[in-house]
Amino acid sequence: MPKRRIRNTQYAILLILLATLFATLSVALAQGTSPTDDEVNKIAKKLYCPVCENTPLDVCPTEACRQWREQIREMLSEGKSEAEIVDYFAVTYGERASGDPRDKLKAYLVPAMAILLGAALLVSALRAWRKPLVAESAIPKSDAKPVQQDEYISRVEEELKKRN
Amino acid sequence: MTETTPPRRGVALWIQIVIWLFLVGLLVIVALGLSRRQQGTVQPGQVIDNFSLTLYSGYELDGASQVNLDDLRGKVVVINFWASWCKPCEQEAAELQQAWTEYEPTGEVMFLGVDYVDTETDARVYLKKFGITYPNGADLATKISQYFRVKAVPETYFVDKEGVLRFVQVGPFFSVDHIRAQIDPLLK
Repeated sequence: MPKRRIRNTQYAILLILLATLFATLSVALAQGTSPTDDEVNKIAKKLYCPVCENTPLDVCPTEACRQWREQIREMLSEGKSEAEIVDYFAVTYGERASGDPRDKLKAYLVPAMAILLGAALLVSALRAWRKPLVAESAIPKSDAKPVQQDEYISRVEEELKKRN
Repeated sequence: MTETTPPRRGVALWIQIVIWLFLVGLLVIVALGLSRRQQGTVQPGQVIDNFSLTLYSGYELDGASQVNLDDLRGKVVVINFWASWCKPCEQEAAELQQAWTEYEPTGEVMFLGVDYVDTETDARVYLKKFGITYPNGADLATKISQYFRVKAVPETYFVDKEGVLRFVQVGPFFSVDHIRAQIDPLLK
């Protein structure tokens, strides 16, 4: 075998090896920059399906949700932060897409105030209802005013006396 | 027979009024919510309020990236709600485009595609796949679909030249004739 042929074969093998190495590195690098499913689902968990009510995006099987998860993946690849992504979804698809309401004052304070108001009214009402009992026991029996007994009750009492 | 009378000291009047007002208010809120849920879509005969639709690039109207319904007064407006993930929408996509091709030269009819909770990337693939050319844009924050009380896509609303809703199609159209049958009477 001539020396030149051997050298050519060696060059060819080297070239194939380099090409393989380059391809492997490219794939590895591409995989490295693409966000993982866990990273996508971490954000998807905070969002809700636009079609099925109250279904978190990370577990929703619909096509719409799959597309949204892909959108999250794309935005993560572009270097967007979690807050930016959630904010984008809330602005683009409305408040109901976000599990965390943007207007926290309206979402948390108003119901809390309503509950507090209701509790205060209830306590006040219960106190007012209890007062008459105390007042009744405080009145001496001699001062108690006579009231007209109901005719029907009187008759029932009489009947009971007769039976006894 | 006599008995002692307890002094009649109940709950203060103002507290009773506040409690009743609170309860009535709560019931009104619940009733309004329930009636709104059962109302269905906006009904024919109703004047449609103005809304703005931000259009996708490449699907603008006369170069404008936004269209207002009020600017289309004097034209019959066909508002189609769709989404790329919606399989029934695909059944009517070609028919809608064909109808648009027929009516566009008259200048009396405008078609608006309102993309419902969709991603722009997938929406563009859909629009290209079906060769749709009429103005299309995303329903940002679902404001338009909430106004029309859209339950599911596709839904199509036909608004006459005076801005009054004349017909609602829930579900897909299966023929161009079906679409024509709704538009032609509004042109007379």
